[in-house]
Amino acid sequence: MNAVVKPRPRAIVCDGNEAAAWAVTLAHVDMVAVYPITPQSSLVEYLAKFVADGRLNAEIVDVEGEHSVLSVLHGGALAGARTYTGTCGPGLAFMFEPYLRTPGLRLPIVMSIVTRDTLTPQSVWGGHQDAMSVRETGWIQLYCESVQEVLDTTIMAYRIAEHRGVMLPVNVCHDGNYLSYGATRVELPEPADVDAFLPPPAVHWHAALDPERPMGVDPLTGGAGGPGPAMFVRYRKGHCAAMQHALGIIAEVHEDWARLIGRRHAALVEAYRMEDAESALVTIGSMSGAAKDAVDQARARGERVGLVRVKTYRPFPVAALIEALGDASRIGVVDRSVSFGWNCGPLYQDVIAALHSARRRPATQSFIGGLAGADLTTDHFGRVIELVGALPDDSGLGAVIWLNEQDR
Amino acid sequence: MYEVRIHGRGGQGAVLAGSILATAMVHEGHYVVAVPSFGFERRGAPVTSFLRMDSREIRQMTNIYRPDCVLCIDPTVGRAVNIFDGIRDNSTWVQATARPLAELQFPGQVATVGLCDAVTIAREIFGRSITNTLMLGAFARTTGLVSLDSLREALRDSEFRDAGLEQNLRALERGHAATIVHHIDRRAAA
Repeated sequence: MNAVVKPRPRAIVCDGNEAAAWAVTLAHVDMVAVYPITPQSSLVEYLAKFVADGRLNAEIVDVEGEHSVLSVLHGGALAGARTYTGTCGPGLAFMFEPYLRTPGLRLPIVMSIVTRDTLTPQSVWGGHQDAMSVRETGWIQLYCESVQEVLDTTIMAYRIAEHRGVMLPVNVCHDGNYLSYGATRVELPEPADVDAFLPPPAVHWHAALDPERPMGVDPLTGGAGGPGPAMFVRYRKGHCAAMQHALGIIAEVHEDWARLIGRRHAALVEAYRMEDAESALVTIGSMSGAAKDAVDQARARGERVGLVRVKTYRPFPVAALIEALGDASRIGVVDRSVSFGWNCGPLYQDVIAALHSARRRPATQSFIGGLAGADLTTDHFGRVIELVGALPDDSGLGAVIWLNEQDR
Repeated sequence: MYEVRIHGRGGQGAVLAGSILATAMVHEGHYVVAVPSFGFERRGAPVTSFLRMDSREIRQMTNIYRPDCVLCIDPTVGRAVNIFDGIRDNSTWVQATARPLAELQFPGQVATVGLCDAVTIAREIFGRSITNTLMLGAFARTTGLVSLDSLREALRDSEFRDAGLEQNLRALERGHAATIVHHIDRRAAA
């Protein structure tokens, strides 16, 4: 009669911003610094409410701009606090100087980027251009597909960031508008299960603000003379090694999440219906849901098409991507941002580089869509599947196909 | 999958209505996705929000272009936007209006119409035309897809900026009670 029955997980309806705030609460974050700007504004409003309600015992530091947001978190992290913030677009641009410092200092700060297209032309809507513009700054970047994944990944991000073999900041990216304000059924993990998954902050004190142990934080390195190049190179090499090591840790943490919480998310890339696929779509972020439904429709017509969704974008999971793509001979990569330097999508550029490193040369095509809030529907992906299926064998870096070019 | 497109004007709570309806449907064990359309929110400007319901997980985080149901919580927004755009065959239209069916124009795809004089009732309850919870009652009455009990529960979980819970519960009941449902027989009309 008194058997303990594990209750069904509590299901709520919330959007991605509230989901991130729940994650921060369940992760017992100590310090949150904020300067909210749309589409992440409601995220920190939820956090402020959770603190006011006594649900989250964190200090909220309401500063005067994003540069200070991240600088304040540097101080908190150096004093051993578990820290969090969210930003997007112009806010991310304004915090660029401390943003560059964060991974070099090896601080395990978790920051949501509620992705948004960059200015100009004037726009306040979603797109990946902000997060993609900082892809080479040494932060880990994870891109979510669903609101549930935002919640789960934001908690997992702390385990990854604080791992002794990683010690790097993590951006959990969720699509502005479609995930930030899109609401779905979400299961809240049990707080006790999250506590078992995520212990109190693992602080490694490699750098610290501590009167008991005074030390120079971020000393001068480099130059042809003086401290010399060796120390600078050692920092950079260590940082690169940690990024590569993170690939294994990200996979391990996702596995632990599945074991302890009972929900499995692909860690590096997700292969969807790729068995025997001749054509493959490569997607990233919330567009992937509609793309999977389009793949199902094509499979129902007997077409051998699958999809690979990139979740971990930095470090780029070269081996996992190549394995997931299998023997696909035609590959269409759909980006929600632009690589101006290569006249294609940035993910496309990564995919063709990975294929080259594996000495593989399938036909490829870069698609760009969903810029500045544009919708990417199953109809768009139906068209992508059709075009990829008809790619000539020698297709490669060529003209981009702009998916919303005719949408009004 | 059942797709609802909600039309209203800024300030009436079309987006909140989507979220309340989603909560009620989740309470009944369904999967839902509610996506607001994105624009600069201004009072009076046309606003749209989208809701999908299914018995299994929904993956599309997109707008809705071929709705099974149009829920229009404003009597005049249909003059500013085509609320019937892309509407499916045998679909449902739930409309806030004081006018009878005979005075309304709607496409042949619509098979069921639910009409509710939500503005008049909203003025009685709220002193202004906040029609969202009234029209959720009208939606429940017209479609039978969600129970009043679940909507009451969802209202208790919601936060209202412009009115209290009791007023909104009353609006829900009144909207449900005041809705007249018409089943359109096209063959008879032809």
